[in-house]
Amino acid sequence: MLTYQLRNLTVRHLTASRAPALQAINLTIEQGEQLALIGPSGAGKTTLLATLACSHQPAEGGFEAFGVAPWSLGEAARHRLRAQLFLAPQTPPLPPRQRVVTAVLAARLPQWSLWRALVSLFKPADPEAAWQALSRFNLGDKLYSRVDRLSGGERQRCGLARLLLSPAKALLVDEPLSALDPALSELTLTTLRDEAKARNATLVCSLHQVELALSHFPRIVALRDGRIEFDLPCEQVTPQMIAALYAGEQPAASVPHDDDAMAVKLGIGACL
Amino acid sequence: MTALHTNLHPDPAWRGRLIACALAVAVLWPMLVVSEFKPWILFDWQSLTATGRFLADFLAPAHSAEFLLMLLEQTWQTVAIASAGLALALVGAVPATLLVNEQLSISALGTGRMRPVARLVRQSVRWALVLLRSVPELVWALLFVRIIGLGPTAGVLAIALTYCGMLGKVYAEILESSDAHASDTLLANGSGRLAALLYGALPEAASELMSYTVYRWECAIRGSVVMGFVGAGGLGQRMDESMKMLAGSEVASMLLVFVALVALADQFSKVLRRRLG
Repeated sequence: MLTYQLRNLTVRHLTASRAPALQAINLTIEQGEQLALIGPSGAGKTTLLATLACSHQPAEGGFEAFGVAPWSLGEAARHRLRAQLFLAPQTPPLPPRQRVVTAVLAARLPQWSLWRALVSLFKPADPEAAWQALSRFNLGDKLYSRVDRLSGGERQRCGLARLLLSPAKALLVDEPLSALDPALSELTLTTLRDEAKARNATLVCSLHQVELALSHFPRIVALRDGRIEFDLPCEQVTPQMIAALYAGEQPAASVPHDDDAMAVKLGIGACL
Repeated sequence: MTALHTNLHPDPAWRGRLIACALAVAVLWPMLVVSEFKPWILFDWQSLTATGRFLADFLAPAHSAEFLLMLLEQTWQTVAIASAGLALALVGAVPATLLVNEQLSISALGTGRMRPVARLVRQSVRWALVLLRSVPELVWALLFVRIIGLGPTAGVLAIALTYCGMLGKVYAEILESSDAHASDTLLANGSGRLAALLYGALPEAASELMSYTVYRWECAIRGSVVMGFVGAGGLGQRMDESMKMLAGSEVASMLLVFVALVALADQFSKVLRRRLG
């Protein structure tokens, strides 16, 4: 069964310029597959994840998730489909005054009735499940802390603990390691992969750490300037390809881009 | 020497300034005449003695047992008018906030634009809120006093209508200006609107919403006093009577009660904000 099928897809920024963020994307992802998205900053990794999460409408081309085209569905049906997909954005989406247990249990909101959600604000519905999810990221002792008492790395892992509680069949994770040290990075990637494997969920993870991507993920999709540079099993990725992918990254700051750099930044922010 | 100097270099702006001043006087003078602005009446001997007597009364606020009992009862009524009015206003304002708020739009998710129906509903609720709050509470009170007669009910209804418009608008704006990342992500992951509000938007904005509500309660107390002057019950109505009898001591006691009520609201808001952190 296919989780995703993208055929010649173009995605434009939602800003007035309508500049293309992704072009000519062809991608087929099987259910249960695990792949890493790599590429330089501004290549379109976040936009691709937002598109896969049905929170950014593609402009042209074919897009199917679980065999249906989300954007030809009615609004209610599309929103039900979103509950099957879980997007973990790069900045953890946790209100500072919320308690960790509430923030983690929010993963179950799509399945809960409004009454259940209200009651859970007063008395957390399943603190054991939240504790188990947190302790897989070494955060069990923070169960009843407030989010604003956590460090940056703890917040990031708290956002990922929410992912463990979501029953979604596709897990879309945007740079889960940006605030973590090497040891925690290993733990986090292993936990994410084990979880996806255990419930046969598809895992798409954007990463800046190329070595970790190559050592953990069987399939690597590289993006550059909104296009797929290569899409290969990790054994076939050579150091030359990586060098070419990130070529000109260091001094590139002075090289002017085709489209306005500001528009690109705005667009990436706008899709989350 | 200096005079010679200025003559040699005349200021080009000088003539324009003179003309502007002359024009201002020419326009403003008739206005003063039309508005019967005669400040010297204040310093007329007769009015000075009357004012003096009235103000001297203020120094010794009335405190007879009978008066204090009446004061307590009326204070209680004022607080009740304000609280009941605000509670009724919330009944209308909270659903209106949910309808108006653009942050929690599911149809805008991924497309950046809302469904036409959703936009129409939002806009019409917005207009209803504008209508409610553009009529001052005093005017509503006058209207209700005509319809249901003198008494606190008119005050409660007047506060409810005006404050519904204000609270609905400001709540929606507080929610829209708070960080949308949490509620957006919840929506993107398939939560409903209300769930995203409860778990995403409210924790971000709770203390601002709370302090605005308490501030509005304070305003409702002041508003109910003003409305008392047109017969909508409470302390205001008594104050109107005391004013007409030039009983400065009674007015002074009532003003002290207002200060106490506002201080109380202030303290309450502070405690709540600290609790919500």
